[in-house]
Amino acid sequence: MIETIRRVFTYTVYRVVALAITVVIGVYLAILIANMGGYVDEIRKAQINEAVGAQVLADRSLQGLPPSELRRIIDQRKELEYKRLGLDKPFMVRSFNYLWDALSLNLGRAEHLSSDSGSRQVRLILLERLPATLLLFGTANLFLFFFSLFAGLWLSRRYGSFLDKLVIALTPTSVAPAWFYGIFLILIFASLLKLLPFGGMVDAPPPKDKLQYALSVLKHMILPTLSWWLSSIFLAIYSRRTFFLIFASEDYVEMARAKGLPSGIIERRYILRPTLPTIITQFAFLLIGLWGGAILTETIFNWPGIGRLTFQAIGLYDTPVIIASTVIYAYLLALTVFLLDIIYALVDPRVKVGAEGGTV
Amino acid sequence: MTAIRSGLQQIRRYPSALVGLGIIVALIVLAIVAVIILPYEEAIRLWRGGEEVWQESPRYARPAWINLVSAKKLPETIVVSTRPLSPAPLQVRRVSGHATKSRSDKTVTILLEFDYVYDDFPSEITLFLTAHYAELLPYAVLRWRTPDGREISLGERKLAASERYSISQDTRLERRLGNRPPEIGLFLPPQGTTPLKGRYALQIVGTLFEENSDIDAKLVVHGKVYGLAGTDHKRRDLTVALLWGAPVALAFGFIVAVGTSLTTLIIAAIGAWYGRWVDALIQRITEVNIILPYLPILIIIGTFYSRSIWVMMIAITLLSIFTAGIKVYRAIFLQIKESPYIEAARAYGASNLRLIVRYMVPRIIPVLVPGFVTLIPGLVFLEASLGLLGLGDPVLPTWGKILNDAQSNGALYKGYYYWVLSPSALLMLTALGFALLGFALDRIFNPRLREL
Repeated sequence: MIETIRRVFTYTVYRVVALAITVVIGVYLAILIANMGGYVDEIRKAQINEAVGAQVLADRSLQGLPPSELRRIIDQRKELEYKRLGLDKPFMVRSFNYLWDALSLNLGRAEHLSSDSGSRQVRLILLERLPATLLLFGTANLFLFFFSLFAGLWLSRRYGSFLDKLVIALTPTSVAPAWFYGIFLILIFASLLKLLPFGGMVDAPPPKDKLQYALSVLKHMILPTLSWWLSSIFLAIYSRRTFFLIFASEDYVEMARAKGLPSGIIERRYILRPTLPTIITQFAFLLIGLWGGAILTETIFNWPGIGRLTFQAIGLYDTPVIIASTVIYAYLLALTVFLLDIIYALVDPRVKVGAEGGTV
Repeated sequence: MTAIRSGLQQIRRYPSALVGLGIIVALIVLAIVAVIILPYEEAIRLWRGGEEVWQESPRYARPAWINLVSAKKLPETIVVSTRPLSPAPLQVRRVSGHATKSRSDKTVTILLEFDYVYDDFPSEITLFLTAHYAELLPYAVLRWRTPDGREISLGERKLAASERYSISQDTRLERRLGNRPPEIGLFLPPQGTTPLKGRYALQIVGTLFEENSDIDAKLVVHGKVYGLAGTDHKRRDLTVALLWGAPVALAFGFIVAVGTSLTTLIIAAIGAWYGRWVDALIQRITEVNIILPYLPILIIIGTFYSRSIWVMMIAITLLSIFTAGIKVYRAIFLQIKESPYIEAARAYGASNLRLIVRYMVPRIIPVLVPGFVTLIPGLVFLEASLGLLGLGDPVLPTWGKILNDAQSNGALYKGYYYWVLSPSALLMLTALGFALLGFALDRIFNPRLREL
């Protein structure tokens, strides 16, 4: 018993350390990439030089000073501004400051973007966009997950039927991403039939009434959700169905059938139970995949979510926003992987945590 | 090698694979045709060319074949010139009218005549005037004559060496025509709402003040249909980008898929062979790579650094090496490494080369080939996605860039559906071709799936 606890403890410590190192390296790499190895600082410096120059030249109280004096003032203010933003230190030194800030979730202020309420706080900007992404992709993905799960199970029972063959035949349609179907849906339902809006999240001006507001959001959600569905539904059902069929052809299932157990019990006890870890994993990754939204789908539909925010941030060289989004995803991922290890041990008696080769 | 041969023989049993293969072959033919009829330099010149290249084609024109299926005949572009016309890019059909030029002493009379037989108004009318003179600018009087004999004055003007008179943007003319845009007003009968059919003429009477002075004129009545695929906001024939999108998309998908699969294979093999810290390192790199946001990094590279297609290809390959695929290969290699038959082959003294070629590689093919083919559709769409975000290669014409242009010019709002539909159809066809083939290959090489 003590031996087991000791083993679990060592294993947990080992996992936490390994995951922490992974997160640190991943986030540091993201910082290097998002700053283009310091290149973004040059852009920032050029912006400061321009702003300071314009500011000094427009300052009436400084007019009439000799050019050499003006130049000195400009240089002085530039240095001050560099110092304020920490640009006077070499990039390598600052990159570790950035790393520490990111890891301690001190997300800081955005360079250019601001939230709708006017704040420059990255935390507030992200929090403002999160509900939109969660609403759209949360709904779409949860429905997609459970629908494909049950449809896959249902089809695995009707293996070889017409519907089964139809789903197999339609699976290759999933190669096209959601934005691709989005274009067609906009063409048909917004442009030709004029039934649904082209994009956005709510009518302009937004309805005052709460119910009207909700209905308007719902109306704007139809096309993005549908495009998200079209691009993945058939592949999702197909892979679940194949997955269940592989487990249904195991020897112990044949054995249970031969024993004459009712199919309901066989399904629950011998098919669903061994597939549970995989299903849980997929579900967990689906949940954390919601962070970040979908850049292209949100762009096509003008959906004010995190995906479009990321795209805007990159376009404006707004590295704090990019880093914040990355570090949160890294933490979510590491936490999920860690929790999954523990959940596996709970639901699957075959997994011995800490035993040789027991890691996933 | 026998595995490949028997695999290929089995393809025949899958109709979907044959369809996929047919699509791929057709696309390869299209790509070769594109490169032959429109060599790289020519394609770039046309795609990057501005008004000089495309001044004789209309903006936002639908494909010309629309006239075959629709009862309402949309106008083609009519060009009437006193000088011989150079052929249109890609030899697109243009209707030419009849130009006559007569000169008596100091007066030149140019008559540009054309037959208008269409049910809709032109989209634009532009007159290009060129004059030769030493010091004194020639002077011209312009008149428009309709089939029913009405004459409308288009004003008088001094002619510089090269003049462009955009008739459809002449606001004074618009006011005189009862506040109708000239491209409508000049074609409208006194009563009615459809254009008057028949022979129109533009008469230019030029007065010359020098002995060697001369004027030439070219009238372009821009239509509403053009070529095989229509035109975009910059008057460019979309056929250029549709044709050239094929080799670009195929090469992009193929090169990145080969690069990714082979590198992943080699790295997985190295990890499985040496084990211990090498293997552990590869596993850790894979975990770090999963944390990095894939698409945002590509967008960062495209925005901050370079949009060149080669840079993108290298970045995508690097980001795709350490993914879930490496774990699959690793598992297979570990299994193979421990197999008794490898030990047996070693025992009878098989060389390393024989071991690898005869015993290891054939075991990987069932995973490698379908995996490789199924990678391609995603890559074709990834290239289009980057194009759609405005991060396509700055020089090459691609399908994603057409979609980006269409999107940023509101093609769907304004009803220019051809602009979106033709690149989408080609994209879908390409992706579907590889997906159908890859899907069938997966079943052929993975017998466990075949039974299901």
